[in-house]
Amino acid sequence: MMKWIFTGLVLLSIVFGACSGHINEVSNAAISECSSAVTLVLKLMGSICLWSGLMKVAQQSKLTDQISRLLSPFTNLIFRGLPKNSPAFSFISMNITANLLGLGNAATPLGIAAMKALAEEQPPEKRHTASSHMISFVVLNTASIQLLPTTIALLRLEYGASNPLDVLPAILASSVVSVVCGLCFVRICSGLEAKSNLQVHQPGRGRI
Amino acid sequence: MISFSSYIIPCVIGFILCYGIVKKVPVFDCFIEGAKEGIQVSLQILPALVGLMTCVGMFKASGALDVLSDFFAPLASIAGIPKEVVPLAMLRPISGSGSLVLFEDLLKSHGANSLVGNVASVMQGSTETTFYTMAVYFSAAKITRTKYTLFCALAADCMSFVMSGLCVRLFMM
Repeated sequence: MMKWIFTGLVLLSIVFGACSGHINEVSNAAISECSSAVTLVLKLMGSICLWSGLMKVAQQSKLTDQISRLLSPFTNLIFRGLPKNSPAFSFISMNITANLLGLGNAATPLGIAAMKALAEEQPPEKRHTASSHMISFVVLNTASIQLLPTTIALLRLEYGASNPLDVLPAILASSVVSVVCGLCFVRICSGLEAKSNLQVHQPGRGRI
Repeated sequence: MISFSSYIIPCVIGFILCYGIVKKVPVFDCFIEGAKEGIQVSLQILPALVGLMTCVGMFKASGALDVLSDFFAPLASIAGIPKEVVPLAMLRPISGSGSLVLFEDLLKSHGANSLVGNVASVMQGSTETTFYTMAVYFSAAKITRTKYTLFCALAADCMSFVMSGLCVRLFMM
């Protein structure tokens, strides 16, 4: 899928750039953006190292297990079918905690660890194929679940909001609905997939 | 409430370290060991980011977003989203820094208490940078077949855009 996004965006930008006369800017962006990715990673490296280090401490002190147990009612519901003793659960729980607290830079290394642990659960022949658990996890991360949107509140304060956190109920309601819908879509898609796989193995029946 | 938020990061760091001390963990050695893994993680996500940021940067520069925004504006108005916010909806899934700049512009030009400001705030707050998350997570786990991930993630994003217009009307008017 990533290859289609990559190629598609490049082709679209050539077409739109040529039509709107912005092809010069497109060319400049190609030259400069690749190095700004390096700058971004260097900038992120500090906080990724900090949070990876702190997580190691939290793991050794069994703090992660405590949090994992605390969140297990939710994680067991979302990741139904994942072995209960999977190490992925503790990474997933820590990632959710970091997201709820708004620690985006801490959430990234934890999310990567969780994805690697989920990949380990895959059978060897499907090692490079996303499982429905991985997809649920990615969807959980692409829909924001931050409890206190601090960046937004600070910007609102700066631009004259009388009460910068008055948007909080609306943000939370919108987040919850989109997360729940996203997870339901994953359920539906994986259900459809399982069904079509079944039918492929039955002779005389087409694929839906 | 906002000053309270400045306590979150220092307190989380302090809590993790104290908990480690209480449980007799060699806190600093352990931290170093974990931080070392952090270097690997950052280097691992670099190739995916170079690819993603290059194509997203080209796409933003091409002016395609304006065309797409004009196209979706009538649809968005049905959901109660002002047309000024539509470019934010287009940019939010593909670029985190870009959407933050655009969000700030909207607050600056329309004011934080306006309908535009409120809808933009909810939109900015209720979704994440979908493409970045997908690229980083899947490349780190070496997953090449991502199946229906993009569809589900974008569907969830669409849902939150629609909800942002609705929720502002429900909760703030």
